[in-house]
Amino acid sequence: MTTNHEPDLLQGLPAVTEAELAVLHDRLAARADTDGVLDVAYRTLDTPVGSLLLAATETGLVRVAYPIEGHDQVLQALAARVSPRILNAPRRLDPAAREIDEYFAGQRHVFDLPLDYRLATGFRRKVLGHLPGIGYGTTASYATVAAAVGSPRAFRAVGTACATNPLPVVLPCHRVIKSGGDLGNYRGGPAAKQLLLNLEAA
Amino acid sequence: MAEHGATVLRVCRAVLGPADADDAWSETFLAALKAYPRLPADANVEAWLVTIAHRKAIDVTRAAARRAVPVADVPEPPPAGQADGRDTELADALAALPRRQREAIAYHYLAGLPYQDVAAITGGSTDAARRAAADGIARLRKTYPGAALPDGENS
Repeated sequence: MTTNHEPDLLQGLPAVTEAELAVLHDRLAARADTDGVLDVAYRTLDTPVGSLLLAATETGLVRVAYPIEGHDQVLQALAARVSPRILNAPRRLDPAAREIDEYFAGQRHVFDLPLDYRLATGFRRKVLGHLPGIGYGTTASYATVAAAVGSPRAFRAVGTACATNPLPVVLPCHRVIKSGGDLGNYRGGPAAKQLLLNLEAA
Repeated sequence: MAEHGATVLRVCRAVLGPADADDAWSETFLAALKAYPRLPADANVEAWLVTIAHRKAIDVTRAAARRAVPVADVPEPPPAGQADGRDTELADALAALPRRQREAIAYHYLAGLPYQDVAAITGGSTDAARRAAADGIARLRKTYPGAALPDGENS
């Protein structure tokens, strides 16, 4: 990109403000949604485990990402894997944001949201499908989950499925821990896993 | 794409004036969103957006011309300088330039495109685009009261 020296004179043009752009952006997001060209809508949500990135397709919630994953990288990956038609368009995420808020307030034990599982395939997808069956406030071991999905020896693969869960918090991979009681790894970091389990134990 | 939002809005304002710029901006990004999946990965996104904005600005101008109806009473001209204290004299001086000059200035100086790209968008030769921008800037220096004296502008 070449940058051309702007004559001093043109710097006297009225500046474009953030507020003006925000209004235009909101209007664009609404129209894109109506016209069916908003493939991925996203927003961020402040929670006790940090700012979560929420992204949804027209099918449903497709991604929940922790700050340590790098929201920009996650958005780039979504552009590559789902569609480059991505906009910050909070409205589509209103139901998800509300339910996650309720969850962190201790008022919601089960999520009732349309989900888009397209970022997980095969065995991982199967493991994710089993996670909602592990009830609020309880835990299961990687081995138990492996047995439950019909591959008792695949507990390491269960660990991988949990570690790559595209919908953490909503699909409760934080409830899957090591057989000995150690928490094991977590996409949002061990502190986030501990916080979620403490919240559910309260 | 969002990072180019401010640049495209400045370009639309310079070419169309503030009243119609928002419409052109929205149409540009909506069209871009529709076409984006077909954009080659190595494309210059800003030049591509300015190209779309150029076409949308023409559409907006045509639509405005169709809407225009003669009125018996000429409305009061807007006061110089807006209520929020913003200096609109330069924008007014820019609006008074011929369209080709406004386009050349906007695409070259505000969007940062080389004259070759400007010419590809507006039609005509690279030299003509360069001349249009130079003539426009020279005219602004004469008509805009706040302009500094010529400082050897030679881009």
